Amino acid sequence: MKKYVWFLLSLCVLLTFAIPVCAQETETQPQDTAKQIEESSEIAQNIAEPTEVAQPEAVKEEKFDVTSLIMGHIKDSHVWHILDYTKEENGQEVEVPVAIPLPVIVFANGHLDFFMSGAFHHGHEAVTKGDNTYILANDKIYLANDKGGLTFQNGEATEAMEFHESLEYLEANAEAEIANEKPLDFSITKNVASMILVSIILLIVFISFAKAYKKNPGRPKGLQAFLEPIFLYVRDDVIYPNLGEKTDKFLPYLMTVFFFILFNNILGLIPFFPGNANVTGNIAVTMVLAIFTFLMINLNGNKDYWHHTFWMPGVPVFVKPILAVVELMGIIVKPVALMIRLFANISAGHIIILSLVSLIFIFQTIAVAPVSVIFVLFMDCLEMLVAFLQAYIFTMLSAVFISLAVAEHKHE
Amino acid sequence: MGITTIASLGAGLAVLGAGLGIGKIGSAAMDAIARQPEAAGKVQTAMIIAAALVEGVALFGVVVALIA
Repeated sequence: MKKYVWFLLSLCVLLTFAIPVCAQETETQPQDTAKQIEESSEIAQNIAEPTEVAQPEAVKEEKFDVTSLIMGHIKDSHVWHILDYTKEENGQEVEVPVAIPLPVIVFANGHLDFFMSGAFHHGHEAVTKGDNTYILANDKIYLANDKGGLTFQNGEATEAMEFHESLEYLEANAEAEIANEKPLDFSITKNVASMILVSIILLIVFISFAKAYKKNPGRPKGLQAFLEPIFLYVRDDVIYPNLGEKTDKFLPYLMTVFFFILFNNILGLIPFFPGNANVTGNIAVTMVLAIFTFLMINLNGNKDYWHHTFWMPGVPVFVKPILAVVELMGIIVKPVALMIRLFANISAGHIIILSLVSLIFIFQTIAVAPVSVIFVLFMDCLEMLVAFLQAYIFTMLSAVFISLAVAEHKHE
Repeated sequence: MGITTIASLGAGLAVLGAGLGIGKIGSAAMDAIARQPEAAGKVQTAMIIAAALVEGVALFGVVVALIA
């Protein structure tokens, strides 16, 4: 027992230092670095002091942009950004980003193009494959216009620019609307790569559990001893009370949904490499999960289900059409509620944690750090609870809806 | 008084609704546990589920505020 306590304590202390360190990624665009280099070299020429002294002045000039940090985490991206480190280059300090480029698969004008996102050089180069020129702007891929750049929308008018010109315009007005066409984007983005990673983990973990369960049916050990009670709890207390005899038919789907959401939620809470991808906080992912539940409910609905939703017994005839419309909306709204609940809970959690950590950088004093880190630890524990809870709620509601669809009614 | 957006006000109202709802759920759960301590486990489970559902509805409001 004592060994565990020491291990947990040292882990907590490590986390207390790891969180501010990991939160230090600042995405400095090369223009900012160029400005910093210019300013620091100017000051160095005037005062003939080393650049390290000039650097704090340059840092105070740029305000810490919380919104772009948070949105950068919440949104998907074509590059898995890991960290930035500063490097001495020709006597100046330069921020070098370390990132994993992910494959880009786009379909435009009848051509399917495949290349690594490293070719974009973080948005500073346009990639040309055959007839198509692609530009990466605001983490989205656009087809270049005839001049080779981006077209911006100012109210009614559109302004087409060349490539470097449009990049500068975008730097100056971050809110500019881009009116270029977009190709069909099938890329492996950060979220897709994270989902593939989680799927591989799920496969490895559960296939090995199944084999171990068959081979030694005695007391399980290790990771199996940790996950098997959760599995049995979900099966016996969530799925079986609702589905009864039909449990075995829907168990694979419901268990997959539960563990997929759980592992993705937990992986999204880890601030460094294999984690840090906001998968379940992406509305497209939760929409697909909700569509799967929708299909499971309606493809397995028996005659009683359809009869009871559209021509419900026990109600006067002139009310039935009205209620049929309401029930039809209900069929669609219930999975939509599942989708929004999961998306909003997870995104909101991530935003809160990032905002609390950013407090340190907004106030720019180390005195805020203990308060901020303690709050963040508390929010992290709450988010672990929310991760499990949201997976549980999604599975439970799916089980309830499916049970309503396959219920056998006894008619007198 | 600088009102940034009405969307933020809307989000605040949604949070107000969530707070009231979860408060009522919590108080009912406390009463139930006080009456019958043996049922504490079941009551707690039901409370957490109801709280998650109420929070889901409040987050609909926050999502609409975010979109605006």
